[in-house]
Amino acid sequence: MTEVTDRRWALVFGAWLVATLASLGALFMSEVMGFAPCVLCWWQRIFMFPLVLLLALGLFPFDAKVLRYAMPLALIGLLVAGFHVLLTMGIIPEALEPCRQGIPCKTIQVEWFGFLTIPLLSFLAFLTLNGLLLAAYRSASK
Amino acid sequence: MNPKTLFASVGALLVLAFAGGAYFYKQQQADAAAQLARQNMAALVRPDAPGFGKPDAPVHIVEFFDPACGTCREFYPLVKALMAANPDKIRLTMRYAPFHPGSESVVKVLEAAHRQGQFEPALQALFAAQDAWVINHTSHVEMTGPVLESLQLDMTRLQNDANAPEVAATIARDLLDAKTMNVTMTPEYFVNGKPLPSFGFEQLKALVGEALANAR
Repeated sequence: MTEVTDRRWALVFGAWLVATLASLGALFMSEVMGFAPCVLCWWQRIFMFPLVLLLALGLFPFDAKVLRYAMPLALIGLLVAGFHVLLTMGIIPEALEPCRQGIPCKTIQVEWFGFLTIPLLSFLAFLTLNGLLLAAYRSASK
Repeated sequence: MNPKTLFASVGALLVLAFAGGAYFYKQQQADAAAQLARQNMAALVRPDAPGFGKPDAPVHIVEFFDPACGTCREFYPLVKALMAANPDKIRLTMRYAPFHPGSESVVKVLEAAHRQGQFEPALQALFAAQDAWVINHTSHVEMTGPVLESLQLDMTRLQNDANAPEVAATIARDLLDAKTMNVTMTPEYFVNGKPLPSFGFEQLKALVGEALANAR
């Protein structure tokens, strides 16, 4: 492996780690702790879960094309998570809330250390993912 | 480190952390539920609640149930069989937990039947015809009429009782007790005040077996 490939492998591996931690964390909260995921949470899951398999497959053997497939998922996930965070913070008015039945997305189920909510965790995970994937993409074009 | 080894060991570590975390969390929850039950025996045992078996039976099962709940219907004959297998040793108290939309009205009818001494046949009839009056997880009390008509019930009195404030108060008390006991799903069982460590008929059987052994 060349030095550039090594660096990119490490970045994709880091992205895989973030996606896997986020997915396992989400599963722990819904399946073990019994929090029911709201509609927006499901949308974020839809864009997070496939990354675990996709990025892992791109690592062995290393295939730079995985960035092309993973980045749209990560970007859309980031947008959904951003929307969700704004909703919980009350910046987007409730009228725009897309959840009609079951668990309202505006409800904050968990707040760790006084500020860390589940949507914020998801947003941070997607942000890190986008950063790592973008860095891997950039180091290719150099 | 070889990339494949790194990937495999990190993956294994994450899976182990998940499983371990789940185990400890469940354990902690079970301990908390047991403690809650010990502290709230009064919310568990209400003498006017409907029930079966000898009042002085050494093993007392309290079940929170919803007549619209499919798992409650499946468990009902199993629990009855368990009682039959240990004659005079087990008694069962039924507590209302109408969690399905519309179930509160059905439970009121059931409590009204209880006031005519017809709890068991009414419950059995409701369970047997569950598919006819529970549609898409919603209870339709207006469809339970034909189900109960064949029973030995004074239908006028049943209607009046179902709308009586005392019956509504009983249901409200049961719901409050369910909340106190942290019952969020039906059926939920307590055996001599102990909650199931995890849900399942085998777990219930084990807990009853333990209580029977202690009573001997």
